[in-house]
Amino acid sequence: MQSVKFYQTGSFAVGNRLLGPEDRSVQSDRQRINSIDCGHRACRGCGEALGARYALDAAMRATRNRVVAVNATGCLEVFSTPYPETSWRIPWLHSLFGNAPAVATGVAAAMKVKGREDVRVVAQGGDGGTVDIGFACLSGMFERDDDVLYLCYDNEAYMNTGVQRSGATPPAARTTTTPATGPAPGARFGQGKNVPMIAMAHEIPYVATATVAELRDLEAKVQRAMEFRGARYLHILVPCPLGWGSAAHDTIRIARLAKESGLFPVFEAERGEVVGVSKIRRRVPVADYLRPQARFAHLFGAEPRTDVLARIQAIADRNIRRFGLCDEE
Amino acid sequence: MLRQIEGSRAVAETVGLCRPEVVCAYPISPQTHIVEGLAELVRAEVLTPCEFVNVESEFAAMSVAIGASAAGARAYTATASQGLLYMAEAVFNAAGLGLPVVMTVANRAIGAPINIWNDHSDSMALRDSGWIQLHAETNQEAADLHVQAFRIAEELSTPVMVCLDGFVLTHAWERVDLLTQDEVDAFLPPYAPRQVVDPDAPASIGAMVGPEAFTEVRYLAHARQLSALDVVPEVSDRFAESFGRNSGGLVRAYRSEDAETVVIALGSVLGTVKDTVDELREAGVRIGVLGITCFRPFPADAIAAATAHATRLVVIERAFEPGVGGIVSRNVATSAPGIRSYAVVAGLGGRAITKKSLAELFIAAAADELAPLTFLDLNRGLIDRELERLATTRRSGPSAENILRDLGAVASRIG
Repeated sequence: MQSVKFYQTGSFAVGNRLLGPEDRSVQSDRQRINSIDCGHRACRGCGEALGARYALDAAMRATRNRVVAVNATGCLEVFSTPYPETSWRIPWLHSLFGNAPAVATGVAAAMKVKGREDVRVVAQGGDGGTVDIGFACLSGMFERDDDVLYLCYDNEAYMNTGVQRSGATPPAARTTTTPATGPAPGARFGQGKNVPMIAMAHEIPYVATATVAELRDLEAKVQRAMEFRGARYLHILVPCPLGWGSAAHDTIRIARLAKESGLFPVFEAERGEVVGVSKIRRRVPVADYLRPQARFAHLFGAEPRTDVLARIQAIADRNIRRFGLCDEE
Repeated sequence: MLRQIEGSRAVAETVGLCRPEVVCAYPISPQTHIVEGLAELVRAEVLTPCEFVNVESEFAAMSVAIGASAAGARAYTATASQGLLYMAEAVFNAAGLGLPVVMTVANRAIGAPINIWNDHSDSMALRDSGWIQLHAETNQEAADLHVQAFRIAEELSTPVMVCLDGFVLTHAWERVDLLTQDEVDAFLPPYAPRQVVDPDAPASIGAMVGPEAFTEVRYLAHARQLSALDVVPEVSDRFAESFGRNSGGLVRAYRSEDAETVVIALGSVLGTVKDTVDELREAGVRIGVLGITCFRPFPADAIAAATAHATRLVVIERAFEPGVGGIVSRNVATSAPGIRSYAVVAGLGGRAITKKSLAELFIAAAADELAPLTFLDLNRGLIDRELERLATTRRSGPSAENILRDLGAVASRIG
């Protein structure tokens, strides 16, 4: 293993040095394995690369480096393994776009039959591979309660193929297949799948959501997920500067606004019951989250689409009520 | 041990003796009895250790096999027809990743119209997937080929498909000499994977490959397939040495040493063909048979050698390329370019192939009175009527329904 490089020393960024060792980020540990190493081809500001690094490093720590990663086709696979190079310092297997959950099941079954149940399996894919084409395999893996942690990196469209609508694209968002033209521009309302809720309906041991704005929360959820055996699902919001039309330096800020607006509820559930929510600290109107993203620019022109904004706000308000995201309500 | 046993059960028990560690499959006729048999062996702990995974589709079945094989377990699945096509993407993938998965295909027609009976449209559709394809003539061969398939797959680190005719073999009860566990253990060493996802030696498997290396990667797959032309007969010879019977290999000739007409076929139809040839031989017709056991890689040299003396070849096709013609015959033509060959599409969707029809066909061929492409026992009147109607009317709907209506089948069923 290549030793971890720190580009900056002596600050919070490196070591959380004011915290006790048990509270420090996995990333502050010089002994950690750099699961996905430098040199990959992700875009500047890529939320997925960040989310994957934190999630897998956390999984590695939780298992004492006994992780096999199975990857769906998508940005993460493409930018990390341009043959003959690889960014993965861990055992990593890519098969197809729609079968990562089933391949992971196969790896887990093999480890079980080989008596190597110390080796844990993590499957990962984007929202297209998870909520659309891989969904049957995902549901099958949940239903059988196979010992796999599935990580969905949700950037809300097919970014690898050039920003087309997926089953996770939010209403009104412009993609290349939901253009911002006509009386109801962008993606339609009332479509899309809420896979965390669908996962909960399978009553699997653990389901959680997270964003790259709260990386310690993400690490903690991976850690918690690895305490369970059986099927687990972690849905991580990962802004995509290219597809969302946002500034590369705004990835974290936008992810935070998604949560603070209530549009992306951050919670965890065990056996189908919500057991914890990450409260909104400073509630913001959905417009504050949508405005920095060019995919919603058609809502903010000379004649702002207050009707559409009100409908999106209603979705956020419903999330806040449903999950109790604000203390004052 | 000689037993009166159903073909599917013989395959299931033999696969069990091969000690697969992960078995997964999705039910589809006529494959179901095979995985039912394996499920029973796993549940009864006769086959142990083994994980039996009940999956939600054939696509998942092959995907689980891919994951298990890449993690170092001997993996097996079985399917047929629409199921094989539904898993097609993963079938290609298993070959590209060089994973020695073994799969049984209980050959069955492809819809529409839906048809559960036997022909070879399914496995032929995946002939370019990079899998080795072995075709069984009898249930004895089906059982024996599975033991060889694991050995070939693991020697070459490439997947192997064992094809047996749906219902005709899978559901037929006949005498099969099953090997014992000790015999199979002596023949088939434990799986030693060439590549494996392992935290103790991390590697990336399944990386993206661009234009700078893709051709080379594909060429190597081609070279590996060609090397199977040596390995398949070697394994077959070792099998014969160990157990005293010939099963497998590339091709098998029957009464063809001095034959002017050689009939080429795959699978269970060879039995009927051989009976027909025996009768024609008694009548003085110089005719013989060449059975193809290994269809992929295609044994071109073996076929050229076995047919060098023949003046004509009659190739029985259990599937075809619409708009083109026969599949096997086109492969044969490149192996034996100087010999006139006739393609005969026969037994589609379970239509019986009778000795009477075959005898008439072979006699016509021997007199060179056969069209280059013939559909055996085609109801010409029905076809002509439908073609005429299509030319003069705009009657819509699938032709199968129209033909059934003409035959009165629909009307009588509706009452």
